[in-house]
This record gives sequence, C-alpha cells and structure tokens, in this order.
Amino acid sequence: MIAPTTPRKDMVMFIVFAIAILTLPIWMAPLGGSYPDLLQKFAIFGLFAVGFNILFGLTGYLSFGHAAFLGVGSYTAVWSFKLLSMNILPAIFFGMITSGLFALIIGYVSLRRSGIYFSILTLAFAQMSYNLAYSVLTPITYGETGLQLAQYDPRILDAQATVEGGGIPLTNLFGLEMQGWPGFYFCAVVLIIGFYIAMRITRSPFGMMLLAVKSNQNRMNYTGLNTRPYTLAAFVISGIYAGLAGSLMAVTDPLAGAERMQWTASGEVVLMTILGGVGTLLGPVLGAAIIKYFENIFSAINESVLHAFFGFLPDFIENGLVNVASLFVGKGWHLTLGVLFMVMVIFLPGGVIEAYDRIRKRFFSKETRSSAAPQAGDD
Amino acid sequence: MKSIITRRGLLKGTAAGAGVAALGSVAPTHFIKNAWAEEFRNDPTNKSAITLGFNVPQSGPYADEGADELRAYKLAVKHLNGEGDGGMLNTMKPLSLKGNGILGKKVEYVTGDTQTKSDAARASAKRMMEKDGVSMVTGGSSSGVAVAVQALCQEMGVIFMAGLTHSNDTTGKDKRRYGFRHFFNSYMSGAALGPVLKDEYGTERRAYHLTADYNWGYTTEESVKNTTEALGWETVAAVRTPVGAGDFSQYITPVLNSGADVLILNHYGKDMVNSLTQAVSFGLRDKQVNGKNFEIIVPLFSRLMAQGAGDNIKGILGTTNWNWSLQDAGSQAFVKSFGQEYGFPPSQAAHTCYVQTLLYANACEMAGTFNPVEVIKTLEGFNFDGMGNGPTEYRAADHQCFKDVLVVRGNENPSSQFDLLQVVQQVPRSQVEYDPSIFGGELGPYKA
Repeated sequence: MIAPTTPRKDMVMFIVFAIAILTLPIWMAPLGGSYPDLLQKFAIFGLFAVGFNILFGLTGYLSFGHAAFLGVGSYTAVWSFKLLSMNILPAIFFGMITSGLFALIIGYVSLRRSGIYFSILTLAFAQMSYNLAYSVLTPITYGETGLQLAQYDPRILDAQATVEGGGIPLTNLFGLEMQGWPGFYFCAVVLIIGFYIAMRITRSPFGMMLLAVKSNQNRMNYTGLNTRPYTLAAFVISGIYAGLAGSLMAVTDPLAGAERMQWTASGEVVLMTILGGVGTLLGPVLGAAIIKYFENIFSAINESVLHAFFGFLPDFIENGLVNVASLFVGKGWHLTLGVLFMVMVIFLPGGVIEAYDRIRKRFFSKETRSSAAPQAGDD
Repeated sequence: MKSIITRRGLLKGTAAGAGVAALGSVAPTHFIKNAWAEEFRNDPTNKSAITLGFNVPQSGPYADEGADELRAYKLAVKHLNGEGDGGMLNTMKPLSLKGNGILGKKVEYVTGDTQTKSDAARASAKRMMEKDGVSMVTGGSSSGVAVAVQALCQEMGVIFMAGLTHSNDTTGKDKRRYGFRHFFNSYMSGAALGPVLKDEYGTERRAYHLTADYNWGYTTEESVKNTTEALGWETVAAVRTPVGAGDFSQYITPVLNSGADVLILNHYGKDMVNSLTQAVSFGLRDKQVNGKNFEIIVPLFSRLMAQGAGDNIKGILGTTNWNWSLQDAGSQAFVKSFGQEYGFPPSQAAHTCYVQTLLYANACEMAGTFNPVEVIKTLEGFNFDGMGNGPTEYRAADHQCFKDVLVVRGNENPSSQFDLLQVVQQVPRSQVEYDPSIFGGELGPYKA
C-alpha cells in the first residue's frame, strides 16, 4: 500500500507544504480567492480533514458524525469568549478538551462495532448532538439563532470592563486581533503544526498499528492483540482535530450555529477526504480547499458575470453558453461539485493525489519505476 | 559689499515671506481636511463605481422570497443608474438622487447565497466585504441570518440594510449601529391584529401556537400571545417546530384533540405553505370546537406564500408590510416597473428590499459621502414618504422604520392568480408604535 518514504522526503514535503500554505494569499490571487475569509476556511477545513484522515485514512473506520466535534469545539470556544476572555488561547484549549471528551464517549460506544454499523452509530450520535443543539439545549446553544457574543458578557479574565458604548471587543491573541489576514496566518500556522503532527503519527509505530487495523483487524485479534485502544486513540485524536478546527472557526468569526453539526457538514469532510485522496497526507487539505473554493467562488458567479466572461462571442452563442453555464454556477454549485465528485470516484478513486501520481508516472516513469507503488501512493 | 535695501528687493522679500506664511496657513487646513475624510472600509472614492452586496437565500425554505428579493435589487440598481422608468425615484420624497448612480458613481452589485444558514450567510457577506469591496450589504429572508450578518457588519464597519426580517430582535435586543430595518416586526403584527381579531372572533377563544424554532418564531409567538391574552383568549399550548420540517402532520394531529379553537401558525415561507396546507387537509377548518368555527391565523402573511398555499388561504387573517394592490403613487410606480420587467407583481419581500436600496443610496447622496458614519447619521431619524407605506420614519433609537401596517385576509374570490390578499384594515402607525427600550439591547458605537 505505501510507497517507500524516507524522513528526508517527508521533511522536504513538509517544508514545501508550509511554504505553499503561507504563500496562499499570493498564488490564490489569480484564481480570485485571495481574501482572508476563504483562506481561513481553507486552513480550518484543511485541518479538519487532516484530523478526519487520521481515523478514516489510517484505520479505515468511516465516521459519519465528525461535524459533531466541530460544533462542540465552536460552542465551547464561543462560551470561553463570553465567560472568560476574548483571548483565543483559552478558547482553543477548552475547545480541544471538550471535543476530545465528547470523542472519547462517542468513540467508546461506536467502536464496539465496525464497518457500516460504526458509520451509522456515529451518524446517529451526530444527529443527536445536532438536534440537542438545535432545540433541546437551546439555553446553551441558542438554537437556530446561534450562539453570539453580546455587549455585556462577563469576560471575567479581561482586565478592562466593557466600555459604555464601546461595542463588542474582537477576538485577539494578546492584543493582535484575529480578523482578516492575522486570522488567516494564525490558522495557517496551526494547520502546519497539525499537519506535522499528523505526519509524525502516520510514520510512527502507532500509525503502522492503525494501518494494520485497516488491512486486517481479525488477524490482529487472532495474534492476541487488542486493537480497541488503538482505534479509540485514533478516534479521540481526530475528534480533537475537529474540535480545534471548530474553535478556530469561532476565533475567526465568533459565532456558533447548530448547522455546523448537521449531517451535511459531516458528509462534507468525507467528501473532502475522498476528493483529495484517502490515506494520503496532502490529499485531505487539497480536497478541503477544492470544496471550499467551489462553495464560495462558484456560488457567487451570477449571470451578469457569465455575460461578461463570454462577452467576446456573438450574441446567440453567448446567450446559449450563459444559459448552460448558469446551471452549474450560483445556486447550481452543488451540481458542479457532484459531477466533479462522480468523475473523481469513477476514474480516480485515489483522488487528486492519484491524479498527480499518474501524471508524474507518465512523465518521469524511468526515475520512479523502482519506487512507485501500483496503487495510490502516499504522497 | 554695500547692503542696500532696494525697493525691488524689499518687495521680493515680502512676497516670498507672504508666500511662506500662506503655505504655512494652508498646510494645517489641508491636514485637517484629510483628518476629517477618515478612512473607512471599501471607500469607493477612487473607483468609478460603487458596489452593493445582495445576500439572499437562493436555496432552502425561503428560496422563493430570496429570488423575488434579487429581482427587486436588480431593478433598484437599474433605476439608480438612470435606466428604466425610474420606479419610486419619481415618487420618493425627499429625494436627493439624480438617476446618475450614487454621488455620480455607477452602481454595480454582487450576489451571494445565504442558504438560510447563519454560517453560510456570514461567509458570503465576508466575501463581499473582503473580496468584492462592497459599500453596503443587504438582504436576508430570515431573522436568524439577519441578526448574524448585522453583527458581522458592525464588526467590519459596513452598513447592513436588512431585507425581510420580522423578528423583534433585529432592531430589539440584537440591534446594531450599522444595521437598519425598513420591514415591520412581530410586535407591530400583534398590535395590528389585536382589534381585528376581537371583532372577528370575539374574546373567548382558545389558541394553539405552532412556532418556527428560532428567534423570529419566538418573538412572533410572544407578541401575538401578549395581544390575544390581553383580549381574554387562553393559550392552550405553544409548540416549536424545526425550520424546513416539510411534514407537519405530527404537530397538527395533537391540535385536533387539544380543545383549541384557533390555530396560530408562526411559520413563514415554504414552512407556512406546508403547515397550512396540512392543517386544512386534516379538516381543521371544517371543525366546530366549543361551539365555534375553528379558525387559523397566520401572523406574517405574504403573497408568495398565498400563491404556494392555493385555495387553503381563503379567509385566513394575517398581517403584511405591503401589498401590490395598494393604490398610492409609490406602490403603483413600483408595481408598474416591476411588472414591465418581470411580468408579475412584486412581493412584500421585493418591496422592502427595493426601498432599502433606494434609502441607502439617497442617504449617501444627502450626506455627500460614502463614509458609513455620516450615512448612518443621515438615516437616523430620516422622514420620508412616497414609498408605498405612507409617511415613514427611521427611528434613531433603534433603526426601525415606523409606518402603517396592513391587516389582510386571503381573498375569497380572487380576480387573478396574484390577487390573493385583500386588505382588511390599514392600521395607523400610532397604534403599533412602542417604546424602544422594551426590548433592551444597544446600538453600539458609530466607529467600527
């Protein structure tokens, strides 16, 4: 399954990754995606997908309820802003702790089953959390309206009391406000750290154990090895990643809503991982970026933009093209994404990373023949 | 060297000195002027066009309203740029707009899909502010979304002109300095409905509420409840239903055996279409309870919903912000140009969005700047007329518009497929007015 890799190759990949993430604002500019909010989402959902991949990519356990941890992380972070301080460090810390605890409980129950039963159990737990957040726990979550900051929140750790008529303070890291570009760079650094940890986990003996669970869990059980602690650890780690991503969402935009926990959100991270390449390190980040790009850029294209784009053509061709193309943009962006996803799964089950590998093999076949693995390579 | 002061030399020297003095005295005013023209987000001064952000639900339970809002926005942009027949620019008073854009700049727009979700709406609004450089964000067809986007706009320092949002919270406990609402609210609906309900259904009724489970539903339920209980009605139960539920039968079955004789549907959009249709198909309206005919009330009514619900809305009472059948010059002008453009009359959502866009543009023109601080100050306490609701005031204390409210009834004999609501009463502004302090909340600072 795994292409031979060396620590040196990993280091090179990691450094290239870090540079690519930090220079996102420059090379996303020609693609029309160079604005803080979208790039923050790239980093946050990249982190979410990286964490999800530790569970799904390594152990093969397909969780359909990871958005629950994302939501828990967000709610905890916003409550930390409300009660403790607008400083983001406690918010992130508590976000990770509570989502880790949640993951421990849900994982402990769900991991008693595997395969489709596990997926259904996680889905059920996530839907339960969603419905709790949406209606039952309204005093904590504020239901459909969403949890928001208010002028007169206690914020007991913040030194200066709320100024009369001063507005709601912004989230900050010791005074550095986390909106706009600083917010992106903070998320980017967290993503790079998270990526590094995921890389080390994948390459560690623990990671090998998880891969063994994926390839044949029965055989492991027969050798007298209890795999439950390993899978549970992987589940909790990926839950903490999701909680971290959720608290980062609250950091860049202090609001938490129940829709973050809905099954569509859980499905989204599965799509991201599959689109990018299951079991690879870079794949989930790429998948997250592609989906968020579609959601934010394609959904904003309207007919007048299309008319401007096809404006050089004669009128009757222009109108025809605009009519066809407008099905796939604006509110039709889901359709484009669906088509892309189908094409990927049918022709490139290994996702973007497999596409990259195939291209590389075609052009550099002599050099890589000895090292290339037959299936989807691991970066 | 002899130092002789010649007449010519002296003159030169004096002139130079005067020049320096003049420079010296000019420079400070120059700096002061710069200081006054403060920087603000997305200042369009150096651009040839001003961009507005239209953030509406294009998917989800309020998609029909969203589509109509977008039509109205496009029409408003046309009229602002001096295209088309000008619509309400011909009737609005006082009017500073000249039909050449805003402050001489052409108006352009970008659109986004809120999906009726706070997260998606905020992401979309952020894109407009950060990437597209919009000077104003407007839209929304859900109070949850409106409140979330309004808070974001306050943070970012961009004006938010709320579209269709009816919750008391929008200009109540969640009001913001940068947010403005032209639409009426739940409190006004309750206050306007009260006397009509008393006349029609008497003072001894038992009401059962089905309420959309978010801030709009809560405030509507509360306001209507306060009104009906003041009439002497009893509230049997108030049940929360999820937004976008689709199937309401599990909520309607208990109504049959509850002993209630009035069902109040605090639903909107497709939810209201579905719940009303199902309530009628369960035979609620043919029932007799406590010796009285069973009645259904829909506090917030709209023609789009009436269209969706078909015959089921006949005879049902509710309130609305505006209806296309109004005969004043402003409404007529708007209905005419909307009809010419799209071939059917506008909804109340379209009306409020169109008016909001014009009001923002007019305030910029009046203030002579796009600086939001000055524009806000111009809008606060602004009195206007000729926009379909009679004399209207943007109250400075909570940025809520005060105007007459319409109590309507589903038309028993519609003359066309759009003639679905019949105006029962035009409730005067004085009857629906309230003290801004009852909902709490604080507008916040002028400078974001």
